Amino acid sequence: MSVRDKVVLSLMVGIPLLGVLFFIWFPAVATVILSFTKWNGIGGIKAIKADGVQNYVQAATNYPPFWPAVRHNVLWLIVFLVIATPLGMLFAVVLDRNLRGGRIYQSLLFLPVMLSLALIGIIWELIYSPNFGLLNNVIGRSGQHNLIDWLGNPHLNLWAVLVEACWRQAPYVMVLYLAGLKAVDPTLREAALVDGAGPWQTFWRVVFPTLRPINVVILVITVIESLRAFDLVYITNGGNNGLELLSVLITRNIVGQVSRIGFGSALGVVLLVISLVPIVTFLVMQLRQEKRS
Amino acid sequence: MTDSGSSPSSGSSGGPMPASGLATLATSRRAVLKGLAGAASLAVVPGALAAACSSSKTKTGGTGSTTPTTAGASTASTPAAPSGSAGGGGGGGTASGTITFGSNYSDAVPKAAFAAMINGFTSANPNAKVTINTVDHNTFQNNINNYLQGTPDDLFTWFAGFRMRFFADQGLATPIDDVWDKIGGNFSDAFKNASKGNDGHYYFVPLYNYPWAVFYRKSVFASKGYQIPKTWDDFVTLQKQMQKDGLVPMAMGQKDGWPALGTFDIINMRLNGFQFHMDLMAHKVGWDDPKVLAVFQKWTEILPYQQPGATGRIWQDAAKSLLNKQAGMYLLGSFVAQQFTGADLDDLDFFPYPQIDPANGQDSIDAPIDGFMMSKKVKNKDGATALLEYIGTPEAEALYGKTDPSDVAAATNADTSNYNAIQKKSVEIISGAKNIAQFLDRDTNPQFADDTVANMIDSFFNSPGDVASQLKSLESQAKQVFTS
Repeated sequence: MSVRDKVVLSLMVGIPLLGVLFFIWFPAVATVILSFTKWNGIGGIKAIKADGVQNYVQAATNYPPFWPAVRHNVLWLIVFLVIATPLGMLFAVVLDRNLRGGRIYQSLLFLPVMLSLALIGIIWELIYSPNFGLLNNVIGRSGQHNLIDWLGNPHLNLWAVLVEACWRQAPYVMVLYLAGLKAVDPTLREAALVDGAGPWQTFWRVVFPTLRPINVVILVITVIESLRAFDLVYITNGGNNGLELLSVLITRNIVGQVSRIGFGSALGVVLLVISLVPIVTFLVMQLRQEKRS
Repeated sequence: MTDSGSSPSSGSSGGPMPASGLATLATSRRAVLKGLAGAASLAVVPGALAAACSSSKTKTGGTGSTTPTTAGASTASTPAAPSGSAGGGGGGGTASGTITFGSNYSDAVPKAAFAAMINGFTSANPNAKVTINTVDHNTFQNNINNYLQGTPDDLFTWFAGFRMRFFADQGLATPIDDVWDKIGGNFSDAFKNASKGNDGHYYFVPLYNYPWAVFYRKSVFASKGYQIPKTWDDFVTLQKQMQKDGLVPMAMGQKDGWPALGTFDIINMRLNGFQFHMDLMAHKVGWDDPKVLAVFQKWTEILPYQQPGATGRIWQDAAKSLLNKQAGMYLLGSFVAQQFTGADLDDLDFFPYPQIDPANGQDSIDAPIDGFMMSKKVKNKDGATALLEYIGTPEAEALYGKTDPSDVAAATNADTSNYNAIQKKSVEIISGAKNIAQFLDRDTNPQFADDTVANMIDSFFNSPGDVASQLKSLESQAKQVFTS
């Protein structure tokens, strides 16, 4: 290797390395360190006081929104896995059959994906609003004494927001899956047809297995989207009263006029650990597969 | 509270993950790895976000736009400058140099009103130049920590109460006792006290405030023969009657978390007195104190008459039910009038919350004050002092009020001839009160108020029977917050 090669090579490796260190590892490590401290965000490093695991203890024992937030994050993940993603796959499979007007359906279904989550929250707020909302007026429950408080009732509002989230997530999965389906070699289906397989068998025995890579991507996206859920509940009511999520609690403790940086960081670490579970599982699976091949 | 923006309106958490490389996804391993890399980096985001905010305190607002506007002497043309006395204590024309002003008056009307007031100063002080940096007010508030620790402007817009004293305590503001030597005569004692930090020095010059009171429609009260309730018993009886008449007695919209804090404030001040309220705000007494429980027990008495579904309704919708004559009364700040126009606005009136304990009468009120502070890192101190002295004059405050008629000037002797009925009555009710509170999220740690207390009140609405245990949990959280 010439000197020039070495320089080029070290630049090509070094710059991304610095980027990764600065933008990913530094903040992540700093978060972990800060989570063991007490700091209101004012004053320099000297103002930061070590506080042991107190932040974690407080979060688990003396912070009522914490456990609901963990539960809601998990519920969000389950709903995405069980409802939104299969629904999106179903849309894709149906649209892949080249129905008449399929492109129109496809565009319509894809519309929510093009809207920002904040906007989606506002749109659904107009639908769910107790006295003046579309839904209550259509079903005749907008009166003062029989109204259904979709976004205010802590037993209902998480489900109401999950409907909003699925409204966007299902078409997102649909588009990804549709792209995968279009790439399936048609001869595979023809062969299955010749062998006498029905549409059900063809899909599950032939098409689905060949789509393994995209299935994995969709799984990863589902997990990510459900763990980083934030916008919808933040727009809806700031993440209170039945809509607590870890991401909201982190923001609430860190951004603002009087912050509890250490405490917020501890919550950040909790979310990081939760995110690591599916990521590590995925990595292990991936590495095993590579070894096999 | 509308324009004080108790709750931040929008946070950014990144857009949706790009649907990248769809075509190449078919079978290639590279694509999977690409997805993997995306997954890994995104998964770190929550933690990374936390650290990015906490360690380097970078701006996260995203929506804030900074628009420097210069109100130089030469551009001072729009309003007629108050003649002669405009410089106030600062004396006409003594200030010089550039004075920078950080402003969160980002809405059109307050922005214009503020510029009009500043123009009055620059025309009287031709050697001085005032540069106004306007920032979206939610962004301004969320970034105030970084702003004051970084390179703040000489002066900045802020709020009285805990929010002011907190930054004074942290050494991020300059005491302005010299300003108050000049402007002291223009303000009542309530405003003077609201402008002092915990160390007894002045840190704040008030501009305007607005009262929280019970709003109603005169026509509704007249047609049903309702009387203004003076005592708690009258108040309960009136609400019972309204319910019989098919009205929602008390409108409520608690979706944003802060409006119901006003109800807590006023019942607490009526029942336990102003001093207890302030001690509670400073966390000198605990939230598990029996007197706090008593407030919620009082509230429980009228809870059946409160608009159902409050936690899912924004205050604007609650105001609409008052406007549509579906609700009889609404306890809110006078900004509720923004929802009323024309004949409806003329029909709108309000009364102070009824007396509960005769010992306290109706002597206290929530009337949040907005105003100005001087940052610690002030560059042009003489100029900034002169500008604050000018702002503390009734002429300057009247100039502001002329363009923004939704509030009332803080100076006692400001010109009120242009005030509408609501404003006139606001002045009356505020000057009639012995004690002025700033509203719960301004009198105590704002994060604690808007998150923890607001949450507790939400759960109180959902299950009023559990209030004792809710307060116990609130107090144990308060201990944690107030010792950090």
